[in-house]
Amino acid sequence: MKNDLATESLSASRLAALLKGNEKEILIDWIKAQLGATTERGGLLKEAELREQARAFLAALRVAVQDSPAGDMQGEAWEEVKHILGQLSRSRALAGFSSSETATFVFSLKQPLFNALRKELRGDGESLAREFWQVTTLLDQLGLYTTEVYQQGREEVISRQQKELLELSTPVVELWEDVLALPLVGTLDSNRTQIVMESLLQKIVASGASIAIIDITGVPTVDTLVAQHLLKTIAATRLMGADCIISGIRPQIAQTIVHLGVNLGEVTTKATLADAFEVALQRTGAQLARGNGRGTH
Amino acid sequence: MERIPILKMGEYLLVTIQVDMHDQLALTLQDDLTQRIARERSRGVLIDISSLDVVDSFIGRMIANISGMARVLDAQTVVVGMQPSVAITLVELGLPLEGVHTALNVEKGMARLRQQLGTRH
Repeated sequence: MKNDLATESLSASRLAALLKGNEKEILIDWIKAQLGATTERGGLLKEAELREQARAFLAALRVAVQDSPAGDMQGEAWEEVKHILGQLSRSRALAGFSSSETATFVFSLKQPLFNALRKELRGDGESLAREFWQVTTLLDQLGLYTTEVYQQGREEVISRQQKELLELSTPVVELWEDVLALPLVGTLDSNRTQIVMESLLQKIVASGASIAIIDITGVPTVDTLVAQHLLKTIAATRLMGADCIISGIRPQIAQTIVHLGVNLGEVTTKATLADAFEVALQRTGAQLARGNGRGTH
Repeated sequence: MERIPILKMGEYLLVTIQVDMHDQLALTLQDDLTQRIARERSRGVLIDISSLDVVDSFIGRMIANISGMARVLDAQTVVVGMQPSVAITLVELGLPLEGVHTALNVEKGMARLRQQLGTRH
C-alpha cells in the first residue's frame, strides 16, 4: 500500500513535469483534435474561445497535478480545475451542446498526453503502462465531472423554463363587470392548480366578481386527476361566494369525462366561451342588445 | 366570559368572527345564535369570517353545524368574506361546506339573502 502511494506521487510529479515541459505542444495537438472532433459544431464554438479555455484548463491542471497527489481530485489545488470545467460545461449546456460534445473537451486530451508520454518514456514499457493508467483514470474522473455539471446546467434550464411557463400560463382576465375568465392552456397538475386557484381567488377578491368562467379549450386531456383539480378550484371559488362555469369542453373531452365516470355535479358547463359568457351576463342581470347600426350586417 | 357579538340588522343577524375559535366559544355561539334566531324570528344569518386567516377542520365543521341549526329554525345562513387561503385550506381538508351559502362580502351576502327570501314570500 505504501509502495503504491509512493509510485503514485512519483508518477504525479512525472505527469506534472511532462505537462510543464510539453505544455505548448500538448496544447496545439489538443486544440487540433478538438477542432477536428467538433467540425459540425464549428459555428457554435469560436476557435479563439476554445484556445483560451484549453490554455486555462491545462495551466490549472498542471498546477493541480504538481500540488496534490493525483487520482483523488480532492484538495484546494483541484478547485481551480473544477471551477474552469464547471464554467465550461455550464456555458456549453446553455449554448445547446450535447453532453458527449461537452465531455469531448476533456477526453480529447488523452491523445496528446499519450503521445507526449510515449515520446518521453520510449523503451520503458512498464512505466509507460503505469503512466497511461494514471492519466486515463484522472481524465475519466474529470470527464465524468464535466458531464455531471453539464447535466446540472441542463436541469437548471429546465426548471427555470418550467417556472416561467407557470407564471406565463395563468392569466385571469376581467370580461365584464362581475365576470372573470380564466383561460387554461396546457396540462393541469397539482402545482399549477394551486397557482391557478390562488390567482383566481385573489382576483375575485380584488374585483368583487361573482362569476368565474374557466375555459379549458387549451387543456389537451382531461383525466380523473385533472377533473379533480378542476372540481377543487370550483369548490374554493364557491366558498368565496362566486359561481363557476366551465367552458371550452371539446366533444372528445365530454366523452372522456363520461367514460371516466367523473361527476361534475351541479357545475354549469358550456361548449364555448361565448355560451358561458352569455349565461354569465344573464346571471349578473346585464343585457346585450344588438344595435341597428353598423354591427348588424 | 368571552363572547362573540351577534348584531341585529333588520330581519337578519350578523355574526362577525374575529378571534380564535375554541370549543367553549363555539358552543356559546351556537347557543346564543339559536336563541336569537328564535327570539327575533330572523330569516337570515350572515357569518362574516373575513378576519380569519387560518382555519382548521374544527371551525369548518362549526360553520356547517351553525348553518344546519339555522336551517332547522327556518333561517338562511350565508358565510361571507372568506379569504382565498382559507377557501383553499377548506377544500384541501375535504370540507367544501356543501349546502352552506357563500358571498364575497357582507353587502353581497345581504343582497343574496334578500333575493332568496324575497322569492319565498
